[in-house]
Amino acid sequence: MKIRFFSNRPYMIFILPALIILSVFSIFPIFVALGVSLTNMNLIGLLNWSQVQFVGFENYMDLLADKEFRQAFFNTIFYVVFGVPLVVVASLGVALLLDYGKNKFFTAARALFYMPSVTTSVAIAVVFGYLYNNHYGLFNYVLSLLDLPKVPWLTHPIIAKISLILMAAWKSIGFNMIIFLAALQGIPKDYYEAAEIDGAKKWQKLLYIKVPLLGFATFFVASTTLIGWFQFFEEPMIMTKGGPVGSTNSIALFIYDKGFKLSEFGYAAAGSFVLFLIILALTLIQFKLRKKDNGYN
Amino acid sequence: MNQQKLSAERLLVYIVLLVGGILMTLPLFWAIFTSFKTAAEAMQTPPSLFPNEWLIDNYKKLFVELNFGTYLRNTLVLVAFSFLGLFINMMAGYGFAKFKFKNKEKIFYLVLATMMIPGQATMIPNYLILNKMGLTNTMAGIILPGLAGAFTIFLFRQFMETIPDDLIEASRIDGAGNIRIFMQIVAPICKPIIAVQAILGFIHAWNSFLWPLIVANSEDLYTLGVGLSLLKGQNVSDFALQMTGSSVMIVPVIILFLFCQKYIVEGFTTSGLK
Repeated sequence: MKIRFFSNRPYMIFILPALIILSVFSIFPIFVALGVSLTNMNLIGLLNWSQVQFVGFENYMDLLADKEFRQAFFNTIFYVVFGVPLVVVASLGVALLLDYGKNKFFTAARALFYMPSVTTSVAIAVVFGYLYNNHYGLFNYVLSLLDLPKVPWLTHPIIAKISLILMAAWKSIGFNMIIFLAALQGIPKDYYEAAEIDGAKKWQKLLYIKVPLLGFATFFVASTTLIGWFQFFEEPMIMTKGGPVGSTNSIALFIYDKGFKLSEFGYAAAGSFVLFLIILALTLIQFKLRKKDNGYN
Repeated sequence: MNQQKLSAERLLVYIVLLVGGILMTLPLFWAIFTSFKTAAEAMQTPPSLFPNEWLIDNYKKLFVELNFGTYLRNTLVLVAFSFLGLFINMMAGYGFAKFKFKNKEKIFYLVLATMMIPGQATMIPNYLILNKMGLTNTMAGIILPGLAGAFTIFLFRQFMETIPDDLIEASRIDGAGNIRIFMQIVAPICKPIIAVQAILGFIHAWNSFLWPLIVANSEDLYTLGVGLSLLKGQNVSDFALQMTGSSVMIVPVIILFLFCQKYIVEGFTTSGLK
């Protein structure tokens, strides 16, 4: 019986393992999240499911009224609003510079800029925690050499957010720069030659050929970065624990704290379903826009 | 005149890239240098770039007194299973690339749709599901959810679609079964993409943090990432020790990256991202 099933459907042997894992741990959980978010599931409920009660949209109402969640939400918006343009501009800038030449120096420079992006956020967050330290950190020491006052990198509500953005941007430049670089090197040489014949200057080539033709890469980098910032988690968790007074808390960290520190699974599931809906909406918008986009290929 | 201007411009590009490159890697090297300092030297002002004396005491402390040996072993187990995951994704990629079956497109879109589901949105339900299965606080619970990945399946399918059907048909006529065709014909052709995915899989497993943190309750199951975040919490002011833990995580990946840079970068640029 079993053997006949596979001999009639040989493809099943190949796709079934992956399909089972993706269904159980990726698709099914979204429905579980929705279901659990409508209950008061907590640690007691986890041990004895008969104690779990259906509460309707109470968790969602509570989220709306929860100051902590609202703060986490607006912090996340802050990360997105300042983080996305910073990452796009910085990685595009680096890619344009790296595209300038092709010798060993440029290959080495590319490796240096790419290096931070293969390392782990956890280790990076620990390292920057040290560099940002008010008393012993390298950054304040460098400022003191320049006779500048100390900066409260991680202890001031707004500066702490900016510090986290700077660090996460530093880490993500490498990957995004590679995307821009690939796009730049994919621009047909004829375009430049034609422009040169027309007497175009360097800055004109940059402004009228490179930048417009990077439309798709820019779009790709911006939308993946946007989604990435909505999931911002490791950096605030390790460096600031969401503080001072919740000023660096993010939606993802809020879900983690509610779910795994306080064991309020129902409430946390509501938060995670909201995060899922945000990301889903962003992805669908991205698909819509991508279809309209028609680059040079 | 023009020539002179051009070389000035070129010089500027070199300087900006050099300074930028140093700034980009300074935090990494700073961590590595600090890992060889004493706790006191790590906090002295003015700070020293290189240690007064290169000491390996911090590394000894991590692996002898603290539990980093166990964390390292667990991390390596995850790395090993990431290769199993790679195999599962490769099989799925082949199934979607080279077989015709009912609803193939729909099933494949469903696979792709899982890319829209962020890890932070599934962490609560996945924890509850694994709890029901009795797999929380087990290695299996840490490993299972990560075994299949839609993006890797997608890349394998893209790559395998370029393998000529004739080649597979010819082997079939020669009497080779599906498994044999996959292992002896398809897999060797896929070597380049397997190499890239294996490197990326290694880096991903090596850096694993959030999921092990959630599923593992006992220290026996912690990964390096979890151990490091704990170290930061417990040894608040011993920066030298913290930098040692960070270096243990950073250095192997950097070495791997430097050796395989070409493949990783090519892997990204040829993987349909253009």
